[in-house]
Amino acid sequence: MRLHIESALAGRVASPFRLREAAPPLVVPTGIAALDELVGGLPRGGLTEIYGPPCSGKTSILHSALASRTRSEVCALVDAQDAFDPGSSQASGVYLPRLLWARCHGLEQAFRCLDLLLHGGGFGLVVLDISDAPVRLVRQVPLNVWFRLRRAVEETPTVLLVLSRESNAKTCASLVLRLEQEAVQWSLKTRKAMRPALHTPGCLLDGSAHSAEIVRSVPRYKKPRFIDQPATVADSFEAKACFQTNADPYDMQEALPHLTLLPQQEERIEDPG
Amino acid sequence: MAFGAIFVPHFSLQAVERLESGIRNRPLVLVDGPAPTFRVIAFNHLANQLGVTSGLTKAAAAEFQGVEIRQRRKEQEVAAHAALLDAAWSFSPLVEDTATDTVLLDLAGLTTLFGSHENIARQIKSRCSALGLDVHVAISANAETARVLARALPGPTIVPDGQEADPLKTLPVALLSPGEELAEVFRQWGVTTCGSLAALPVLSLSECVGQEGVRLHALASGNGNRPLVIAEPTHLFEESLELDDAVEELEPLSFLLGRLLDQLCLRLSTRALAVRTIQLQLELEPRFENAFDSSREFLRARQLPETLHCSLVLPRPVRDAKLLLKLLRLRLQANPPKAPVQKLHMRAEPDRPVAFEGGLFLPAVPDPDKLELTLARISSVVGESNVGSPELLDSYRPDAFRMQKFSAPSPESSSAPSMPGEAEVSKMGFRFVRPPMPANVTFQGGRPVRISFQGKSWNVVQASGPWRASGEWWEENGWQEDAWDLELGFPGRAPARAVYCIVFDSRQKKWFVRGSYD
Repeated sequence: MRLHIESALAGRVASPFRLREAAPPLVVPTGIAALDELVGGLPRGGLTEIYGPPCSGKTSILHSALASRTRSEVCALVDAQDAFDPGSSQASGVYLPRLLWARCHGLEQAFRCLDLLLHGGGFGLVVLDISDAPVRLVRQVPLNVWFRLRRAVEETPTVLLVLSRESNAKTCASLVLRLEQEAVQWSLKTRKAMRPALHTPGCLLDGSAHSAEIVRSVPRYKKPRFIDQPATVADSFEAKACFQTNADPYDMQEALPHLTLLPQQEERIEDPG
Repeated sequence: MAFGAIFVPHFSLQAVERLESGIRNRPLVLVDGPAPTFRVIAFNHLANQLGVTSGLTKAAAAEFQGVEIRQRRKEQEVAAHAALLDAAWSFSPLVEDTATDTVLLDLAGLTTLFGSHENIARQIKSRCSALGLDVHVAISANAETARVLARALPGPTIVPDGQEADPLKTLPVALLSPGEELAEVFRQWGVTTCGSLAALPVLSLSECVGQEGVRLHALASGNGNRPLVIAEPTHLFEESLELDDAVEELEPLSFLLGRLLDQLCLRLSTRALAVRTIQLQLELEPRFENAFDSSREFLRARQLPETLHCSLVLPRPVRDAKLLLKLLRLRLQANPPKAPVQKLHMRAEPDRPVAFEGGLFLPAVPDPDKLELTLARISSVVGESNVGSPELLDSYRPDAFRMQKFSAPSPESSSAPSMPGEAEVSKMGFRFVRPPMPANVTFQGGRPVRISFQGKSWNVVQASGPWRASGEWWEENGWQEDAWDLELGFPGRAPARAVYCIVFDSRQKKWFVRGSYD
């Protein structure tokens, strides 16, 4: 039978009984080593959703990704609530002349702008930031909108990144990351450029630690697994990583990335909001 | 040495037909004169078949079924003449602006570029046809022979060297444009054709009618050579359209804009140029409510109708009429005319087109034309001031930036310069609350312990501040504030994770939430 099928398809299909592995999507770095190690990067031609409560590190990832991409590509940011801070983004390394910023006032404007940008094409990274939009309204966005967005970036070199408070894109997303804030670091001792004369005795905001967990990753889960074969080391992977962000604008040169992979945590930290 | 002549028959009529291509297949009548006694001054062959004659009144011409009546417009004729010159300059830089409907070209050396004289004549005709002008073309060894032949024959007429007199023989002597007196003399002599004029002895002709007769004799003999008076190429690209009935809706207005843009882009591409800036001026009809006002002020206002100006500056020169039309439409949608439009005037500032060559190993950038359209569409959604790339201002004022027009980087500058602030470690991002949200802050022992905003109350877990800053106190919009970084948490719930920045505006004496660290 096998020979018969192979001979019938000869010349048209090279090897009909060979399992073809889908080529892994091209990815671009997020600019945060721990995240890149965890997820491999943001997939081109796919929708990546990063969600989490306020102050969970979404904006830091946004700035890092923009800093990484604006070095070589043109990026666009659709800001649903006009919350982007050009000053801190430039301090993070974002090359602002390569960033198209659409300052929207509401979800409807934001989705219309996003549609226009994706259909215009040519952007390396397009970000939809709906983190500050009311969760109730974001939930009302129909799923077909997310499907349409996914279709719009498919087969294109564009990375579509969505920042939100809750996961909305569901199966339309190639990669879904959940962020949490682990700790806020306050200190006065480690500051090099301390100017005690200017401030009251107290602590200074130094940074914060965040954790990122993979909720969905299409490229990783698509790897074929055989039930009769034991899982190899390559098949198992950490689904969670921690990264730190630094709030000090003065001692950036001396700050070292404190990026370590952490084991899975059983206890989920609840959203304080 | 060869000269070409381009002649536009029924110039006034063609100036109208040029902007209304669909009207060519219908009987068309052109009227002119002081209102309201308009008279027919020109008509096409279809109107001629219906029996329209010159000098009819507008009302009489309207009696013929299916006749389209248009008023003669000087601006349209100026634009048609400019288009004729553009066509001529696209072949030779040595062009004489002989008359409104005639131009002469020096074709010396052009055979190496365009081939034989027959080819050149054919190409001139087709290029003029693309610009909406049906022209007569003649090429001869001397300029005047070419001019006369172009006026007489539809052509293309090519006169071999040394045989200039032959095609002129049968042409009426009136084509040489003799003065009224001289024309009467020729009529009395029975000289009706150029051939019969050329047969007269020059000496006797000179004695009888003077030097003008000698000049006309030379023209009729095909010896009327003269140097051309060269016209300097201009960069004036303007088109106008005055409407008999004012247009109110944007949809029909965009059709009219499309016609003007088509003509402008054709003329520019003929000259190997592209549009850098478009200036559109719409003359509006006086408002309806004013129509009942017969006061002197109103009558003065009628003499100076309202105008709407719209300008479109492109980041790189464009020749795509459809793209320009879409951009103009978006502009007009954002700022529609407040009254019906009765006249359109469009002016294009040209520039050399820029060609980009994308690199195989360079990242893709948005197509500049597409990007311009995308930006215009986004502007129509969020407003022009809300889209672009941010530029930080040289100020200590928090959130000091301005929006710049976003333009795609050229492939040459595809790699960004190394930035001094390039981060090796991820920095904490900040999110602004725009406009700043009012808040109530409770202090205890000089430190904030509780804050409420958006109807919620938060306990302050950790605070850092105050960070006092001020600036521009020497100006009206000076600022002074105390900023605090606060770690907040709901009472009774742990752990608290939100870190906010709040400020006390010393001028307003109020607390505001500036944003959050994320």
